[in-house]
Amino acid sequence: MVARMQLNHRMRLPEAKKYVADKLKVSTVDLSDSTVMRNLREELDIGCVEAIPGLAKGLAAKARIADLLDIKIACVEKLKDKMP
Amino acid sequence: MSKIRTRMGDGSVVEVTPDELRNELVTGSEDAADKGQVPALDENEVDKLVEIFSAPWRIVGVEPGHEVPLTKDETACTLISSQLSSGAHLPISREAAIEVFERVFAFDTMELGWIDYSFKPAKPMVSLDQVSIERLLATTVFPVLYGAMPNMGLYYTPDGPFTNPADLLPLMKMDEAREAEMNAAELCREDMVYMCQRFDEIGADGIDFDTTASAGDADFWATLKTVEELKKTTDLGIEVGMSGEFILGMHGEVEYDGQRLAGLFPHQQLKLVEKAGADIFGPVCNTKTNKTTPWNVARAATFVKEVTKTATIPIHVNVGMGVGGVPMFETPPIDALTRASVAMVEVAKVDGL
Repeated sequence: MVARMQLNHRMRLPEAKKYVADKLKVSTVDLSDSTVMRNLREELDIGCVEAIPGLAKGLAAKARIADLLDIKIACVEKLKDKMP
Repeated sequence: MSKIRTRMGDGSVVEVTPDELRNELVTGSEDAADKGQVPALDENEVDKLVEIFSAPWRIVGVEPGHEVPLTKDETACTLISSQLSSGAHLPISREAAIEVFERVFAFDTMELGWIDYSFKPAKPMVSLDQVSIERLLATTVFPVLYGAMPNMGLYYTPDGPFTNPADLLPLMKMDEAREAEMNAAELCREDMVYMCQRFDEIGADGIDFDTTASAGDADFWATLKTVEELKKTTDLGIEVGMSGEFILGMHGEVEYDGQRLAGLFPHQQLKLVEKAGADIFGPVCNTKTNKTTPWNVARAATFVKEVTKTATIPIHVNVGMGVGGVPMFETPPIDALTRASVAMVEVAKVDGL
């Protein structure tokens, strides 16, 4: 998520971390805490490293990330264009 | 007196005393300061590097909270290619390899690229790469980029249509050589714009231009013009990764926005990359194999610190085989690699690797 804010919104690292941390309602230090983030990602259903049945994966996870971070993700927009 | 175990730029082990270590760091930084006309590292920064290199552990890391994201070049060749890309040649698809990078190696982004990782040979296969990226965009969560090298040299004979300047220059055919370079640059630009727009069509998150300026100043010009065009016509995030710390003046008179490109160092390259509209800049500092890793890392950190000081876009320094202070060896030793990485984060203040 921090990398997305850098790549698609040109944010330097402190700004990118703060943006994501604020949206996730955690501290910037928590962003790199694997224990915090593993639980949070499952709770927010935005994609986990392990394959857990029923949890959002791939495009579904990215759609939820786009909504959470209030950004557009190109492939999610392409999917919306394809929806009947 | 206890010795500190470190490496040479070729990867071989060497031991230095604490005084020798500090001297290596200072002289490495002074070399960069002299070449690039940038400030050398101050005493606190040298102390930090002494701390990093004196640590007795094989692997070192950043302080908690200082972690940075990663972008990567050369796609998943580490897994699927052969020695020509320092690869393990695992019999898995490119798509599976990229998913391994996300789920097993915990990378923050990845790029897909053609196995012959330059724009010119990849162009005929663009529709195959498009569907590969589409498949990855559906199955992964992290940003997926398309990566390739401008590699403008492929547009010269025998691989391309324009007479190789290396054949013209010894004949003192300077004008013909420059014309060939600019013709190659224009065709390279056209191909890169064409390909990148195909990836925008299918929703790729971005493009990584790898080893930009490998064929010199005209190669850099072609990439800057491509970035400029893509930022006007697509939604792609764009990363420009360089090939060397110094733009070779193969042409000598190419300019971008009134600035001559030959001879530019990383902090000067940055300004043009920003002007073209890129989103991430990846500076390169080349490792000298006959110098120690501390010398090389201090030198690289000095160049990169000047980049991060004035950057308005994220800086993802190249830290890998032969760049960023890391030894020039196809399996870079992890003690040197982690120390170079930590130095870039803690001293050069980069936004990513």
